Amino acid sequence: MSNFRFVIGRFLGAIPTLLILICLAFLLVKSAPGGPFDFERSLPEEVEANLRAAYNLDDPVYLQLFKYIGDLLQGDFGPSFQYRDYTVTELIATGFPVSLRLGTAAIFLALIFGSIIGSVAALNQNSKLDYSVMFFGMIGISIPNFVMAPLLVLFFSIGLKALPAGGYNGGDFYHMVLPVVSLALPQMAYIARLTRGSMIEVLSSNFVRTAKAQGLPTRSILLKHVLKPTLLPVVSYLGPATAAIITGSVVVEQIFGLPGLGRYFVQGALNRDYTLVMGVVVFYGCLIILFNLIVDTLYGFIDPRIKQNR
Amino acid sequence: MKKRTVIIMTSFLLFGCGPKVSNETPTTESLMIGGPSGNELAQEQVFRKNNGSDPGTLDPHRAEGVPASNVLRDLYEGLVSEAANGDYIPGVAESWSISEDGKTYRFKIREEAIWSNGDRVVAEDFVFSLRRSVDPKTLSNYSSMLYPIKNARDVVLGKLPTDMLSVSAENEKTLVIELEEPTPYFISLLTHSTTYPVHPPSVKEYGTSFTRPENMISNGAFTLKDWRIQDYILLERNEKYWDNPSTTLSQVYYYPLDNPDASLRRYRANELDFTDTTPSEQLPWIKKNLKDELKITPYFGSYYYGFNNSKPPFKDNPELRMALSLAVNRTIITDIVLGAGQIPAFTFVPPVKQYQGKQPEWAKLTQEEREGLARELYTKAGYSDANPLSIEIIYNTSENHKRVALAVTSMWKKVLGVETKLRNQEWKVFLETRRLQEETEVFRGGWIGDYDDPYTFSELLHSENEMNHSGYASEEYDALLRSASLRPAGKERTNDLLQAEQVMLNDMPVIPLYFYVSQHLIKPWVFGLEGNVMDHHYSKYVKILKTETLISE
Amino acid sequence: MKNTNSLLNDAWAALSKNKAALISAATMVLMVLMVLIGPFFSPYAIDETDWYKIAAPPTLFDGHIFGTDDLGRDLFVRTMYGGRISLMVGLVATMVSVMIGVTYGAVAGFMGGRVDALMMRFVDVLYAMPFLFFVILLMVFFGRSIFLIFVAIGAVNWLDIARIVRGQTLNIKGKEFVDAARSGGVSTIKIIMKHIVPNLLGVVVVYVALTVPQVILVESFLSFLGLGVQEPMTSWGALVNQGARQMESSPWMLIFPAVFLATTLFCFNFIGDGLRDALDPKDRTRGND
Repeated sequence: MSNFRFVIGRFLGAIPTLLILICLAFLLVKSAPGGPFDFERSLPEEVEANLRAAYNLDDPVYLQLFKYIGDLLQGDFGPSFQYRDYTVTELIATGFPVSLRLGTAAIFLALIFGSIIGSVAALNQNSKLDYSVMFFGMIGISIPNFVMAPLLVLFFSIGLKALPAGGYNGGDFYHMVLPVVSLALPQMAYIARLTRGSMIEVLSSNFVRTAKAQGLPTRSILLKHVLKPTLLPVVSYLGPATAAIITGSVVVEQIFGLPGLGRYFVQGALNRDYTLVMGVVVFYGCLIILFNLIVDTLYGFIDPRIKQNR
Repeated sequence: MKKRTVIIMTSFLLFGCGPKVSNETPTTESLMIGGPSGNELAQEQVFRKNNGSDPGTLDPHRAEGVPASNVLRDLYEGLVSEAANGDYIPGVAESWSISEDGKTYRFKIREEAIWSNGDRVVAEDFVFSLRRSVDPKTLSNYSSMLYPIKNARDVVLGKLPTDMLSVSAENEKTLVIELEEPTPYFISLLTHSTTYPVHPPSVKEYGTSFTRPENMISNGAFTLKDWRIQDYILLERNEKYWDNPSTTLSQVYYYPLDNPDASLRRYRANELDFTDTTPSEQLPWIKKNLKDELKITPYFGSYYYGFNNSKPPFKDNPELRMALSLAVNRTIITDIVLGAGQIPAFTFVPPVKQYQGKQPEWAKLTQEEREGLARELYTKAGYSDANPLSIEIIYNTSENHKRVALAVTSMWKKVLGVETKLRNQEWKVFLETRRLQEETEVFRGGWIGDYDDPYTFSELLHSENEMNHSGYASEEYDALLRSASLRPAGKERTNDLLQAEQVMLNDMPVIPLYFYVSQHLIKPWVFGLEGNVMDHHYSKYVKILKTETLISE
Repeated sequence: MKNTNSLLNDAWAALSKNKAALISAATMVLMVLMVLIGPFFSPYAIDETDWYKIAAPPTLFDGHIFGTDDLGRDLFVRTMYGGRISLMVGLVATMVSVMIGVTYGAVAGFMGGRVDALMMRFVDVLYAMPFLFFVILLMVFFGRSIFLIFVAIGAVNWLDIARIVRGQTLNIKGKEFVDAARSGGVSTIKIIMKHIVPNLLGVVVVYVALTVPQVILVESFLSFLGLGVQEPMTSWGALVNQGARQMESSPWMLIFPAVFLATTLFCFNFIGDGLRDALDPKDRTRGND
């Protein structure tokens, strides 16, 4: 049951990580200038006093922190400062599915297409196909998505009138196409390059050459011996890829007007919605920890050497 | 659902050669609006507006900002309403009378007014609501707007209980409000969301959650069907509204898109019928390609740069302040930098009703003459090329503010040799910095009038007003304001305010730059909206006309 | 273990065979020269506004060879200055992360045992932070000085290089000559400085070449949110953002800075790949780790 212990161990190790994350975020947000109750029209003192009391802003900082953590354990992220009649928990619950949809679609697209394209390039190394694939790869990495997205909108929405220019509309297919593609492109390009490089190396490695020399059919070589090692670096790139998708989603959600967490976060930071900002940071932190756990486990299965070391 | 049409495609290259032109009006087709008669209505009466941002709350007593007011105007109706052109018309109150001394208002609540659940709207509802609005426990930002009502100030500051507010219901149909002083703009105040009625049983039952779509009972032309944060707000026609037969729309969508470029793209893709503003860098393009859809109207707002008069270099230095004001070429800012038709401002209060600010002497000079005068004053204040003034302009993050600041910086440099640093902060930080008056030297200011009376601007520079971020304190100015507030509406009051403005302009505590205009893109099939100086639009006047595309060979 | 000199010779030999890397390197040199010297050839200043030539297309007649932006400022000069800022941000922020990361990783790797375990645990903890969110928070809350940009990006990026360096250090530590030095009584610091750090050069150089483009993109992402370099300074990221807004009416505002940005990113990536192939040709299948 070494796997089990491994997983549990990592899980427990994540708790102090989470606590540090929460404290860091909390302190950062508290030390920021400009409060959530700065409005153009100055508040009468009495009202401001009441507001501060209502949100516990007059308690000493460490007390506020403890209360926050206590609430967190019960799943309560606190009231939003910006959306006065909603709680952060509700906001995260409505915003997250949107970002999740966007993000998973983008990751899948990037992974599948990226690895296919990269493999095709590797198998046809130095051909015209290879060069054009690599060129596409470079373009994908070099054009920021805040340039790519408006270009796509101009072409497909305004020019061809084939796709909507923005909006979520419950996440239907047509409304997700452009955002997902904009988000996936840079990662797709990177994964393509990664796969290509990795496969080229594997193809020229000793045991593949041996297998070929032994006359094994190409297909079985590919499937049995080439696939796994090729995908190893891609799997370990999943972590950073996800992080890149999370940050890219901020731009994409902004441009396409999607009500996801990235957008909430930026608006929250600009409007000093302390609780919302902390909520999003903590939430994403948990997610990343969880994801790393999954990737580590996956890696353990693919690369037997690691498993043995546990 | 708009029909798919065939359009000539223009090619977009990523890198490459030469400017591209996108042709907005296709050559093989045209739009026929409203059918042959021009009046035919579309089958789907849905109006999609961009609102700029999400309201923080839809509680009329706690809401703040233009986006919230826009939505609330469709959901609720106060005692007084407005016609499409901005004229005041009866709302829930079908008539009212004002006492001789101008301090007592009696409102007759109309019989037919009912809430969306069928309850009748009664005078007691207004008593409940106004008390709630001034109650410090409600945490309203705008309760100071109600200070004209007798005792309101003391209630807000916690010195009196809410039932001491001078608002009472004589009977179900009669509401009586007593004011501290004759306040000529009181009727105008009654169109503001702080004075809207809320449904008392809902508030008692749900507390602050009465604003949720599933709980909200409102009395306006529309009800709240759905609010998806950062996605949209959906309003549906309120069949119980007393004037429902006049309403044409069945649904209104409010989108919170704060990126003007993205919003322009959605508009062009026919996903929006109305934009709240236009990106100013794109105005030349918009004027060329969307000329008929761009609606520009004077807007009751004043854009200015404030000086921090409480510390050097601007303290006790009217010559320097005047020099900096004269060196600005306002026409370039309004015509070239912003280009939407803003009006160069030499006075502080925008023109409204009977009030027309008197132009100071220097407004009548040419810009060259002004610049010459500016140089004289600058030298007199002790500065020169060898000893230039070095200051900082603080503004809140926005493309437009940046452009204006860059323009002013360049003007001050060219004319006077002033070295200017620019600092932008985002909104909340900016508000605090400006309010504290510790770091500011020159700061950007903009004010949209809360009610259509010059006093809303004049009072900004009163020495005791917390929103007077310039630190301007003039006894003469304060005295004139006091005198004006004691008078009923009329020539004498207007003269007091005009005089006060003259006093202020001689001191130049702020640099007036321009008067706002509202800039909206409105699709040709939207009928019923009119430009008005407060930029208040009610969806109940809107009709969507039928649109057909004719393909001509 | 090869000494530094022959390592460099090998690297150079491998690199010079990589055409893409060579061309990229040459291009970058050209680019740097351009951004440094270019502005001197133009009569315009970076913040000189010309109200009567707003958004003018490129032309040879009045010296606005790249055209002007929406405030009448010369785009060529701004692109050059923008390049200085972007390259500087890229290099400085990367250097900040290198300094922090190399020190941290080398110490952890060299110390080994519990100290190493603890230090890497800490890195694991930091890895879980949604970093760009913290950068955004820092920028939003504490203002937008360019200094803060360096620090924020650099302080956030050092984890990768720390891990790489630690791995490399562990590798080298196991070699005999280090044991020999130790038993010969050479001080720890001296060992780290004389034997380990020079052998880290390879990984560090590759890391720098591959990280600089990332950092430049991060800055442009911050510019999108309004948090990047502030006026009147500008960067390629800021210029590209502005240009993207007006790509239909004034495409030159987007095209020129975008070409410079993309070319720089291409080149650094090719150089990085080339360096990695040259210095670390078989890192994946080396086996001992």
